[in-house]
Amino acid sequence: MDENRKDATAPASPAVGRRAFVATALRLGGGLVAFLAGVPAGAAEQADYDWTQHRWAYLVDTTRCIGCGACVRACRTENDVPGGFFRTWVERYVVSPEASHVDSPRGGLDGFAPIQTPFTPTKSFFVPKICNHCEETPCVQVCPVGASYRTRDGVVLVDGERCIGCGYCVQACPYGSRFLSPETHTAEKCTWCYHRITKGLRPACVEVCPTGTRRFGNMLREDDPVRIAISKERVSVLQPHLLTEPQCFYLGLDKEVR
Amino acid sequence: MPEITGFAFPNDVHVHWSLMIVMYPYITGFVAGAFIVTALYHLFGKKEFEPVARLAMATSFCFMAIATFPLNLHLGHPERAGYVMVTPNFSSAMAGFGLIYSGYFVVLLLEVWFVYRREIIETARRSRGVKRALYAALALGTYDTSPEALEIDHRAVKILSAIGLPAACMLHGYVGFIFGGIKANPWWSTPLMPVIFLLSAAVSGIALLVVLHQVTAKLWRRPVERETVQAMVRWLWFFLIITVTLELLEIVLLAYENSDAWHIISQLLTTRLEFSFISVQMIVGSLVPFILLAIVVTMNRYLHDRVRNTLAVVASLLLLVQVFAMRWNIVIGGQLLSKSFRGLRSGYRPELFDREGILVAIALLVLPFVLLWIFDRVLPIEPAAPPPRPPPDPEVGPEPAGGTA
Repeated sequence: MDENRKDATAPASPAVGRRAFVATALRLGGGLVAFLAGVPAGAAEQADYDWTQHRWAYLVDTTRCIGCGACVRACRTENDVPGGFFRTWVERYVVSPEASHVDSPRGGLDGFAPIQTPFTPTKSFFVPKICNHCEETPCVQVCPVGASYRTRDGVVLVDGERCIGCGYCVQACPYGSRFLSPETHTAEKCTWCYHRITKGLRPACVEVCPTGTRRFGNMLREDDPVRIAISKERVSVLQPHLLTEPQCFYLGLDKEVR
Repeated sequence: MPEITGFAFPNDVHVHWSLMIVMYPYITGFVAGAFIVTALYHLFGKKEFEPVARLAMATSFCFMAIATFPLNLHLGHPERAGYVMVTPNFSSAMAGFGLIYSGYFVVLLLEVWFVYRREIIETARRSRGVKRALYAALALGTYDTSPEALEIDHRAVKILSAIGLPAACMLHGYVGFIFGGIKANPWWSTPLMPVIFLLSAAVSGIALLVVLHQVTAKLWRRPVERETVQAMVRWLWFFLIITVTLELLEIVLLAYENSDAWHIISQLLTTRLEFSFISVQMIVGSLVPFILLAIVVTMNRYLHDRVRNTLAVVASLLLLVQVFAMRWNIVIGGQLLSKSFRGLRSGYRPELFDREGILVAIALLVLPFVLLWIFDRVLPIEPAAPPPRPPPDPEVGPEPAGGTA
């Protein structure tokens, strides 16, 4: 068969080699299929992304946060977060040895208006919160259909096409990082802007943080500043007694923070 | 927007597990509890339970038939519900659902069939036309009612009960496990949870049968069996005592350990759940029936039948409320406290007309009884004129021969 075809095509286009012709045809055909299937334009860049070369980690230096809420707004814009729900938020702690006050008006979306406390505060600070992308993650464990999963580069994601919207993961997350979206009726959460980080960009909240409170890095790179900070400084994680192994680390965390 | 006292994580202000998730354990509780009553007769040979054994089995069956409804009403994507069965993620407590639910359903179906086999065949032989075709189909092509065959039926029922009892217990224990296995929520996370769920299931199942027994006796103009009522009340009392003991133990332990969550849980119980926990679940739902049942159990000999029956029904109705309150307090209560352990949201009120609302919940509670009525039409729960043993059967040979549809 092959022989016959060769005979038939050879005289028609002697200039183009058979091999080259087939290669071009396949490429065009593949391109057509890709075009019809609607492969996003960014696919080419993501193709370079090798997830075995990354293990993402997040570092929050609470001593730097000024509570401007730019991160919350950026997240909302970047990820179309439905109103009343949060993929990231900022908490304000106003503390004295005798009493403490914690709040997060609208998740810190509009920043923080001054408040009066019935006690005289001796310290106050802001704590940004986000999904901790735990290594031993309770939310992935409880998902009955495997819609929640952890990628090889260490990001906990939800497959919106598989999620049945049972809400078990929302209950299982000790940090309150998940919610059921009233729009998609599936579980949603912080993805560390997976669509950005796989293109070499930083998560939106990190990008806009004016004080460098929020930092993002690759633990597999020896010279990564975040990796260096996590390995050299005294970092803590939220609710360590639950042994969820959070991959979001904190500098300067206070005992009041849970 | 709900009101928050203290500080709640901003995503913690939503009650995602709504009234339907309260209904689900309530309904499966009846499944397991009613089955326990059947098993007491079929498996443990408690003759006092014979008059309610079939009723209990039918009740278990009818509640089982709708047990998935509240779940599907709750799911964000009910059309994907099958994924739990087809592609379960076995590290999830919820993924066992497919296996446990379908396993128990098969056992229950078989048991119903074996219990009713003789009557199905006899009805098929007696009837004509569509009715005959229906019963012939139900008989699954075998018309053997010889004493040996009936003996096999009897043994099959026993074996199925022996499988069904642990299966029913697992079905409901697993519901408790779903809550007990959530370490993020201190109000749920205790190994006692499956046990409490299971025991309260027994309470609700027996209580429902105490009521149903008397209602059906009225409907069918039959006497209320004194022995049966006495036996059920004793068991009900027993299960009530253990359940409430464990429920209180759980709380006392939290308080005694002064665990990190105790200060918020104590607030939860005394503010948000004051009515549903202290008043309904503990006082009206537990203490009062405990006293009523204690009267029946300890002063049994002096009681007029009518008094005993009334006390039993009143106590049972209160217990039905108690078990509902217990489901509510666990499912809803657990979502009122924020995982920040610093705040509580205001009480949750279900909508009236919502997909997960009050009317749907009421419909879900009525539906099993409609099914029970249909069940009784097809497979009479109360054996007809000659109770257990049929009159010595003359060979009914030739008549039914070609009757299969």
